Amino acid sequence: MLNAERKPVTGKRVQLMATCLCDAFYDDVARATVEVLEHAGCTIDFPEGQTCCGQPALNGGDWAAARKVVRHTVRTFAGEDPVILPSGSCAAMLFHGAPLAFEHEPDLAAVEALGRRTWELLDFLVNGLGLTSWPGRYDARIALHRACHARGTGSLPAALTLLRSIRGVEVVEFGELEQCCGFGGTFSVAFPHISQAMGDLKLEHIRAARPDLLASVDMSCLMHLSGRAAHEGQPIKIRHVAQILRDALASA
Amino acid sequence: MAQQLIDQFAARLPADRRAAVYQSTKTTHEKRTAMLFDQFAEPHRLRALAGGIKQHVLENLDTLLPAVEAKLQANGAQVHWAATAEAACAAVLRIMQARGATKLVKAKTMVSEEIALEHFLAAHGIEALETDLGEFIVQLDHDRPSHIVRPIIHKNRREIAQSFERHGLGAYDDDPQTITRRARQFLRQKYLQADVGLTGANFVSVESGRLVLVTNEGNSRFSLAAPKCHIALVGIEKLVPRDRDLGLLLNLLARSATAQQLTVYTEFITGPKAATQPDGPEELHVIFVDNGRTDVLASECRAILRCIRCGACMNVCPVYRQASGHAYRSVYPGPVGAVLSPLLAGKKFPELADLPKASSLCGACHEVCPVDIPIPDLLLRLRDQGKRAGAPLAAAGTPPMGAWALLASQPAAWKAALLGGKIINYLPTKLLPVPPLRAWEKSRTLPEWRGGEFRRWLRHRTTP
Repeated sequence: MLNAERKPVTGKRVQLMATCLCDAFYDDVARATVEVLEHAGCTIDFPEGQTCCGQPALNGGDWAAARKVVRHTVRTFAGEDPVILPSGSCAAMLFHGAPLAFEHEPDLAAVEALGRRTWELLDFLVNGLGLTSWPGRYDARIALHRACHARGTGSLPAALTLLRSIRGVEVVEFGELEQCCGFGGTFSVAFPHISQAMGDLKLEHIRAARPDLLASVDMSCLMHLSGRAAHEGQPIKIRHVAQILRDALASA
Repeated sequence: MAQQLIDQFAARLPADRRAAVYQSTKTTHEKRTAMLFDQFAEPHRLRALAGGIKQHVLENLDTLLPAVEAKLQANGAQVHWAATAEAACAAVLRIMQARGATKLVKAKTMVSEEIALEHFLAAHGIEALETDLGEFIVQLDHDRPSHIVRPIIHKNRREIAQSFERHGLGAYDDDPQTITRRARQFLRQKYLQADVGLTGANFVSVESGRLVLVTNEGNSRFSLAAPKCHIALVGIEKLVPRDRDLGLLLNLLARSATAQQLTVYTEFITGPKAATQPDGPEELHVIFVDNGRTDVLASECRAILRCIRCGACMNVCPVYRQASGHAYRSVYPGPVGAVLSPLLAGKKFPELADLPKASSLCGACHEVCPVDIPIPDLLLRLRDQGKRAGAPLAAAGTPPMGAWALLASQPAAWKAALLGGKIINYLPTKLLPVPPLRAWEKSRTLPEWRGGEFRRWLRHRTTP
């Protein structure tokens, strides 16, 4: 459903945007992203001035604040190289949400140009670089959460393609895949009751499938779901798909 | 106020009511999806095509409306234009008074809810009786519909049986067939007594002037069988350019709304009774209702006017499923309502400015919409509008973003915050007077703060 028109990838130099969640909480996901990209032959540039994509403000309704952050991001990720993020929703912010908020702004073209070279990691590996499989072994039954901002993008099929190619991986099905986990950024604190109810429903479906771990291309969903599970005293194991790919390499 | 109104409503909703809404919406959504993908190779292309047709209509209303007026008149219908809800109600009253009519039976029309027709007519001594079973029950109970296709999705049959008993429609019996039979017996006399039959229209073809009505109970046919006058209340956006567009739109509407290939009744009405026909209404009045639609058309949210009122967006919406339709405090609930209701409110926009917040922006509504309305984008636009209007209802529970944006556009301050944030690992965060943090921690634990760790690793590693 999201506008994901992208420039074809020509070189293997990329810029990494770690995302604020990985910067603040999930450093190992950012590390795994680096290692996965390097395994795919990429040279990585990490602009030190990076902060956040601006999505919290866009979704929170404060577009003036969102534009301020997006402008910073556009300046920080100058150049022509693809910008890779280990997050479907932050990537969608840059290629879909930001252009929406800049429709009447003089610098719309610069924002759109950044969007056309912005990729969620798995989408980039499969649809940008053309990978069709991933080496190594990883023994686990994996429930892959369908992160909402991967709707209509190449990310979910890409994640499934690579996961299923890894020896030992079994991707398990669970109910109501199309339903959101209930995170939704500021939604999670402005609608705490509904957010929690949505999370509980998602956890119920996931647990029924008895996976070893829950994976996603977005840490925000996993933060919400694992936070909820831990709060209830029934912690679940979560992994970003990048961590699974990286760990599979150990036995490649 | 730290919590949005719709969330408060959901928290208070009785468990059996939530269960009724959840089960019914989930079942319909799953049947709808299975049917569409079983029967069509590429439903998403059909949705895009249907969206294109309806968008074309919106962008050409200036010529299509006069064209359909001419066609309707040539077919023998009388056309009325109502700019406001009041004007639409007054038009109905005028038509009735001119005929000395006092009794009206009505088929389901959301526009009549929107303009509060029943209330207006009652004040003028006119009975307007609902004939759709769900709407009939809503009317008996002085309740409000909570879903645009299934008005009583929030009720169970025990409540309905109790209500029938209270209103003298027979001793308590919650067997659905008995309930339906009793309603039918009661309504049958009313059809015969009515002076006027009022309906909406799902589509009006500009090419032929045909009104298209879809129902499952046959009540709209009954409403037009005995009365000598037919009034159709039609939103100005209901046009389709050609008859053949109906092939696509009817196929998508029935599947999206009720997971049917076709509704039980699909009526095509081309004017009042012809001289050669034995019976039927002698007069056909079509009232085109604006009531704020041209303002929506002028806004950046005009795509919402493509809506064909199937309800698929509310069936799939996780927020609607938890909160139910009444939480939206307006005629149109769910994702479509969260866009349309604040827009139709006009100057009263701030009173409904929280509705666009009632979404995790998951996009499920867009994914199922038969006319491909990008609902999440429209919700976002209205959030921006709510913020610029300074609407307190919209702001509730949302952390202030100005200070955050300042931090996120200054790398040195950002890095300092990443390192400094570690302090939350040592603080009793549950006790901190920070509303968003409290809202988070009430039902979720926070992960360990590891700000700056990734950057340190990246600086010190030896690149392979």
